[in-house]
Amino acid sequence: MKYLDEYRDPAAVQQRVKAIEAITTRPHTLMEVCGGQTHSIVKYGIDTLIPDAITLIHGPGCPVCVTPVNLIDHAIAIAEESGVIFCSFGDMLRVPGSATDLLQVKAEGADVRMVYSPLDAVRIAQENPEREVVFFAVGFETTAPANALAVYQAHQEGIKNFSILSSHVLVPPALHAILQSPQSRVQGFLAAGHVCAVTGYHAYHEIAEQYHVPIVVTGFEPLDLLQGIYHCVAQLEQGTHRVENQYARSVSEAGNVKAQELMETVFTVTDREWRGLGTLPESGLALRENFAAFDAALRYPLTTPSPGEDARCISGAILQGHKKPCDCPEFAKACTPERPLGAPMVSNEGACAAYYRYRRSAPALKDK
Amino acid sequence: MDDGNFDDITCPVPHPLPDKITMAHGGGGTAMQRLIEGCFAKHLDTQHHQDAAVLHADTCDLAFSTDSFVVQPLFFPGGNIGSLAVHGTVNDLAMQGARPRWLSAGYILEEGFPIAGLDRIVQSMGEAARACGVQVVTGDTKVIEHGSGSGVMINTSGVGTLDAKLQMGHQHIQPGDAVLINGDLGRHGMAIMSVRAGLAFESEIRSDSAALVAPVHALLDAGIRVRCMRDLTRGGLASATNEVCASARRDMRLRAVAVPVTESVKSACEVLGLDPLYVANEGRFMAIVAAEDVDAALEILGAHSVDCTPAHIGSINDGTAGQVILETPLGTEVILDQLSGDQLPRIC
Repeated sequence: MKYLDEYRDPAAVQQRVKAIEAITTRPHTLMEVCGGQTHSIVKYGIDTLIPDAITLIHGPGCPVCVTPVNLIDHAIAIAEESGVIFCSFGDMLRVPGSATDLLQVKAEGADVRMVYSPLDAVRIAQENPEREVVFFAVGFETTAPANALAVYQAHQEGIKNFSILSSHVLVPPALHAILQSPQSRVQGFLAAGHVCAVTGYHAYHEIAEQYHVPIVVTGFEPLDLLQGIYHCVAQLEQGTHRVENQYARSVSEAGNVKAQELMETVFTVTDREWRGLGTLPESGLALRENFAAFDAALRYPLTTPSPGEDARCISGAILQGHKKPCDCPEFAKACTPERPLGAPMVSNEGACAAYYRYRRSAPALKDK
Repeated sequence: MDDGNFDDITCPVPHPLPDKITMAHGGGGTAMQRLIEGCFAKHLDTQHHQDAAVLHADTCDLAFSTDSFVVQPLFFPGGNIGSLAVHGTVNDLAMQGARPRWLSAGYILEEGFPIAGLDRIVQSMGEAARACGVQVVTGDTKVIEHGSGSGVMINTSGVGTLDAKLQMGHQHIQPGDAVLINGDLGRHGMAIMSVRAGLAFESEIRSDSAALVAPVHALLDAGIRVRCMRDLTRGGLASATNEVCASARRDMRLRAVAVPVTESVKSACEVLGLDPLYVANEGRFMAIVAAEDVDAALEILGAHSVDCTPAHIGSINDGTAGQVILETPLGTEVILDQLSGDQLPRIC
């Protein structure tokens, strides 16, 4: 497959691994920010290819995982309202709230629909003028532009029965939070390529400078990841802390300006609670006042407070990279994809799900 | 009619079929009779004189299987629920080494469903059944109220005859055995998902829905030492291999690069964040055969493949943990695990 096979080429991969081995003289701990990168690393066993001195820890960049349980509970409560069609991306449906999940309430009769784009939800609203259509707008800067477009379009076309439950989060505040944590071991970042394709990477210079960490904007294919690791390790070996762009085929310094303008038009930056990280200042997106009519959180305020997360889930430590999934006493025991205690075990991009799927019990496949 | 003139009296012409299913079609009266004659009997060669069919089997073992079909959309590139309902059950029988002989067909029809659509579905069933030498010998129709179903749902049950001497099953799997598949993976699932998601790809993905009777019996008739076979339906190759390995308490090693997947299926999977090894197939199966028989088996499978190429994708090794190890294209090893439910398309 063009533009993919080249980045999975075994010979090129071997060459990159050798290059990393050649420059590595001491231990380094890197964090890949995005859950998609984590999944790729575990799926292809990339962490088993690189030198033992390099530790990869898995970052908070899984939108499903960082959505706090009370917001899932809120989504479920809205989905259970009579007359509501609740639309969501597929991988949110199985994420556990405090008592149930969206798939379960669908089975009990709620009209929960899986959509592939927020614009599908707008279309459903147009086709069902007598019903209220609510879209669960989760994600980082990657999904925010399309969700902004959906709201903007509904606004332009005067569609009154459409709203979104916004759970948008932003990457840079999470990196600040991780680096400010006294337990942080992160020495360098592989920044999330797709997020940077939207936002560009100018916001990362300040982080690199403030915390003296190299940041390499990195793609998702094996060769991308190895190239990102190479650049990051090279900087750590040299004692530099610049922002570099490995993913130049998709990412520019300025990013997608049109998408940023659209986000700016519809959303405003707000404090946001993250699963496992707590409330981070200016770390999320909420609808601006002139789009407040599309805010499902205002249309359907949560009446009963959510009891919060299952205390056994260590997703906070996982999402900050303090612990690996296999360090969790409940991993693959009380917590499985069938009966997850927390979101990282459910999502396609969740670190726990990736470990469960590719690493669980093979004695030969030891986690490093 | 003029008094005393009976010349105009003729046998009542059967009412032409109305164009939609009504509750009357399930009522057991003439409307139902007309549907049976005008649609089911026409396409399926079924003799509906009794509710039960009498089957004449030689002295042999029988294999019996049942499957229900609720696919949405009902019509998809490469087939429809009718052909699928035949292939599904016939393939379940074939995987046991049986020759499928007789099928039952139970229809649950939603009030308001177009008769022309039903006719196309039943026609495909008839064609699929004739193509693999199986007879639809009994059937049933129920109509449910509009809004309480999804158009057409079909249950088929099948009986096949079985050579009692045939030694096949996971207990016969031995270290060193080879794992073969009869063609590329992921087409059915992605054909369905592309239609559902309204995704258009450069080349249309067509379902691989097909009967596996001919390739299976060609293998068996040629004396290939087939230890065990599995169709790669729901959950795809990953689920089938895991189920077999768990029951056999044998480990399997697969090579990712050896597993054929077409470019269009690969692209569709990339877009939706799915793994083709977990995607459903309806015309693909895995055969675990003795290592010495690999070349002969591949040749036979190749001769019975219309638009795909069989492949030798891995082998059984000495381990007894019942797990499937996948060698990635990079040469690393990961577990190929079973999923707990359907794969869900990703957010970004």
